[in-house]
Amino acid sequence: MNELQFLTWVRGPGLDIAVGIFLLGTVWRLFEIYTLGRGKDLAAPRRAAGASGLHTVFRRSLPPPGMLKRSPVSYIGGYIFHIGLAVIVFLGAPHIMLIANLTGLSWPGLPAQIIGLATVMTMAAMLAMLVDRINKPAKRFLSTFEDWFTWAVTFLPVLTGWMAVQHLLLPYTTMLALHILSVEILLIVLPFTKLFHVFTLFGSRWYNGSANARKGVPV
Amino acid sequence: MSASLDKVSQTLKGVIDAPIASYFESCVHCGLCAEACLFYTETGDPKYTPIHKLEPLRRVYEQEFTLLGRLKKLVGLSRPITDDELDQWQELVYDSCTLCGRCSLVCPVGNDIVYMVRKFREGMAVSGHVPDGIRSATKRTVEIGGPMGLKWPAVANVLRKAGEATGVTIPVDQEGADYLVLLSSMEIVNYPEYIEALARIFNKAGISFTVASDAFEATNAGIQIGSSDLAKVIVSRIVDAAERLKVKYVLSPECGHAYMAIRWEGPNLIGRPFGFEVVHVLELLDELRQKGVLKMKDTFKDPLILHDPCQIVRRGGVLQAPDALIRQVAENYIPIADQQKWNWCCGGGGGASAIHTEEAEALRARVFQIKKRQIEEAGVGTMVTFCANCRIVMEEGLDHYEMNTKLLGLTELLAEHLED
Repeated sequence: MNELQFLTWVRGPGLDIAVGIFLLGTVWRLFEIYTLGRGKDLAAPRRAAGASGLHTVFRRSLPPPGMLKRSPVSYIGGYIFHIGLAVIVFLGAPHIMLIANLTGLSWPGLPAQIIGLATVMTMAAMLAMLVDRINKPAKRFLSTFEDWFTWAVTFLPVLTGWMAVQHLLLPYTTMLALHILSVEILLIVLPFTKLFHVFTLFGSRWYNGSANARKGVPV
Repeated sequence: MSASLDKVSQTLKGVIDAPIASYFESCVHCGLCAEACLFYTETGDPKYTPIHKLEPLRRVYEQEFTLLGRLKKLVGLSRPITDDELDQWQELVYDSCTLCGRCSLVCPVGNDIVYMVRKFREGMAVSGHVPDGIRSATKRTVEIGGPMGLKWPAVANVLRKAGEATGVTIPVDQEGADYLVLLSSMEIVNYPEYIEALARIFNKAGISFTVASDAFEATNAGIQIGSSDLAKVIVSRIVDAAERLKVKYVLSPECGHAYMAIRWEGPNLIGRPFGFEVVHVLELLDELRQKGVLKMKDTFKDPLILHDPCQIVRRGGVLQAPDALIRQVAENYIPIADQQKWNWCCGGGGGASAIHTEEAEALRARVFQIKKRQIEEAGVGTMVTFCANCRIVMEEGLDHYEMNTKLLGLTELLAEHLED
């Protein structure tokens, strides 16, 4: 297989397989988790939960008092790399074109220089968080193979995308093919690892927020 | 798998619901829960990271409820939970978790970690991996009536004395009273002033109340140990008495876990909503304050800080009353940085104070350092709280560090300065 055939494969059958596994896996996992249900709380609520679940979904995106100081890298690094990833994926011109090809939806992107800057910042933040995972006792203690593995499969698409654009190390076609392949690996891995938090965090925050709102505590 | 382990596995499978599944799936091992847990902040030992305390439960979840976990189990790649492991986890689930719920407030993905610890304790209770101290407290509550083995005649005696001291007879088993007053053994034995305070306030406000001779104990060790069967037996006594005496309200004492047990867990344990309302004593006092009944003849002058008990405030939702009440009576109340729902636990909630092994006591003394710092930073000589258990635990802590901080109960403090 030469580099062109490789690129054709990752763009065609490779992408189909990855997206298929991602979609089926996500639906299956969501079904598996949320059909377990929960018991009705029979205690008389202090007040109706109302939109408290939703409120917690937003509130938990901000560091609680005192926590920023206790774990600055988690919060600052976390913001930079999550926002950075979103900017790259949804506002990078080649990505918008891909989405337009797949769905017909399109919107204006950001200049390549800005995306380049976001990419470098995202990688820097992810590296800082990796170092923090090694340095901070509680993080290191909790870490398993999955934590290092999911870090790598998230980092590789950013790195290869950046290298392709910068024409570093390998010919553009090969690097682009590697970039797409790394995204496909990420898609396949996502539903079955902690990366699935991209979906379940909304449910978790909601459950916590609504259960505690019945007691009258905004969490 | 042994019969007992099989039972644990079944119990744990039974407690796993959609929230627990969602919480485990959301955890990214960021370790922020550790920063919210006094057992970690005061010892620096990462084994006290809250989410780690749930590792056996997580494995049961993975092996029984997830696609990959079930596949791994099928081909023999998963590690089942063992007795040794549960033995090891006993310390993490009981000695070093007070169910304070601070972790549940900071988790960035929104996990209610303490909700899971409570559920995990059910499996631990089934397999007998529970500390002797909590086990015997539960046994005494079921067999005798209270965790300290206190019997009615002794309680009646304390009530009679309180009646003599205040000039207010405390009614017993009186049908049709507005309030059924619950007590905690800790109060009856160590702080009978609470009962006197209550009698005086009720008398002044013209509210009818009664104590039930067969349901005076409010605490529920069954919940702390994690046995819903026993917890149900204990809570049913109160429900039966309240319904027999046809009261409108059941008054929870200051005690935090007692409030949690009767107010929030009670209806779920017996499987139906209550026909009466459960009110925490501070909620009632604050209502009286707003009505203008709770007038003070003078104020308490010494500078003081407030310790908010976790189960009443953070987990129980009595958020505004404590602050309003302390301002009513204290002239020099100093609000601290981590207050109200952000307060740090005394270190002995969730049954931990009933564990009297050398290690558990040393650990409690160690984590008390956070309270010590709060007191020292505020530079006060007095701390007020509203939970008899917090008070006992903190008195031990103050003794340990040879501090001469005065500890007061909020209800008593109010009663002492109540207008005659």
